[in-house]
Amino acid sequence: MTAAAVEVKRLTKTFNAGRPDAVDALVDIDLTIRPGEFVSLIGPSGCGKSTQLRLIANLLEPTTGEVLVNGKPARQARLDQDYGMAFQQAGLFEWRSVVKNVELPLELKGWNKEKRHGRALEMLELVKLPEFAEHLPWQLSGGMQQRVAIARALAAHPPLLLMDEPFGALDEMTREHMQAELLRICGETGTTVVFVTHSIPEAVYLSTRVVVMSPRPGRIKTLVDVNLGSTRTVDTREDPAFFRKVTEVREALRGMQVTDLDEAGLEP
Amino acid sequence: MRSTTFTGSRRVRTNHSVVEVLWPPLVFGLGFLALWELAVKVFDFQPYFLPPPSAIWDQFKENPQLIWNATKVSGLNALIGLLVGTALGIAISFLLGRFRLVNELMTPLAIALNAVPIFVLVAVFNNMFSITSEVPRRLMVTLVVYFIVLVNVTRGLREVGPTQLELMRSYAASEVAILRKVRVPNAVPYLFTALKIAAPAAVITAFVSEYFGGSQNGLGSRIVASIAISKNATAWAYVLGACLLGLTFYLITVALERVTTPGGVAARRRAGA
Repeated sequence: MTAAAVEVKRLTKTFNAGRPDAVDALVDIDLTIRPGEFVSLIGPSGCGKSTQLRLIANLLEPTTGEVLVNGKPARQARLDQDYGMAFQQAGLFEWRSVVKNVELPLELKGWNKEKRHGRALEMLELVKLPEFAEHLPWQLSGGMQQRVAIARALAAHPPLLLMDEPFGALDEMTREHMQAELLRICGETGTTVVFVTHSIPEAVYLSTRVVVMSPRPGRIKTLVDVNLGSTRTVDTREDPAFFRKVTEVREALRGMQVTDLDEAGLEP
Repeated sequence: MRSTTFTGSRRVRTNHSVVEVLWPPLVFGLGFLALWELAVKVFDFQPYFLPPPSAIWDQFKENPQLIWNATKVSGLNALIGLLVGTALGIAISFLLGRFRLVNELMTPLAIALNAVPIFVLVAVFNNMFSITSEVPRRLMVTLVVYFIVLVNVTRGLREVGPTQLELMRSYAASEVAILRKVRVPNAVPYLFTALKIAAPAAVITAFVSEYFGGSQNGLGSRIVASIAISKNATAWAYVLGACLLGLTFYLITVALERVTTPGGVAARRRAGA
């Protein structure tokens, strides 16, 4: 039996534990993600979806419970660079050319110059930006920068990709284009994805499963299976089955306090 | 393709021709000098009040060797102070970034030092060394430069984007790797910002330090001496030398920045990263 891509067991996270201003960010989280799945975390702000992603990435330590990535403890998985990560801000290093940005994770893994340059160029092919290899980040548009960030996250061919609202700062058209690109890339590479988003259509379009979370304290409310097939095109967005899933996720979110939803700025 | 024309147009903006960049300040400068000359003639200013630019230029042409010698003395003091102050500033900011304790010990001291009306220290330094020593002046310059570099480079080492730090942690990067690959390159534009302030400040400090006694060999002391014997135009000729020296220091810094940072600070600002 192959190990689950991500296994979260009885996880809780309390910030400022033991102090009067202690906050329960996450309570009783259990979640298993199979290899090759695309799982979105959605919910109003304060529901702990970004926190959960950072716990999987071992950028935060859990208060209690356990996180396994590829069957290893999260810390070991981080040290082995078993996942790539992308954030809302592309976070490119502005003094490095595009190709050198993509090389960075490989550089830290100790790859030699030739090997990592070759791989970086391959990755730029994958995100369709090969002609921008020697450009500096500021010369690229927001969407292009985000594609470089995805190329960088996948450069070491990690089995898992963690994304925290990566398209949140992009306009609607660029966003839909990037979503299609992401699906294509993950299809080609077989990467498992955990994706945090505020957008219901985005979550439904991309995911095989949507995890709906509720705030204060953050917990998993419902899991919605999205059976829209593995090839999703522009037509998928106009498919009645797509709208049914959008409605299902929206219904699941509806039970929460309206003020929470307002804060989150949920779309549409 | 949309994207290539988009980057192309940005490129054009960064590559102004030399003429395009130079004509506004040149026209303004020449106009200013002409007005000055005219004002002196029209209002019949006495030479001890304000000499005309033409008289200053004559003095400058007549005493090139004297002005050059004085410039060398002040320039060398400024340069040595600038180099030592920069090296010291960079070294201490690395320590501040690395050790919390050093930070807590040094920051109040640095602030206290900066609050001292700094030129007063020249008099103190003058007492510590022999009367002909250039060391007190160089120490002054070092102190002024040190503080400017320290404040800026420390910020550069610290103010790294949170996304970039999280990324480095996700790559399991060591603190040393984060320092080398993120903090140091991040601090380079801050260093040049500091140097662009510190280079002219070093020159000014070198002159003013000469007002407090010591050898009468630099531009500052020549200016004071010329005024004392009412040779105003000569004093102004030395001021012109001082001005050129400060400008030289500044331009060298700008040139260094162009060479070392791809796209320079301007590119960084536009990236908004």
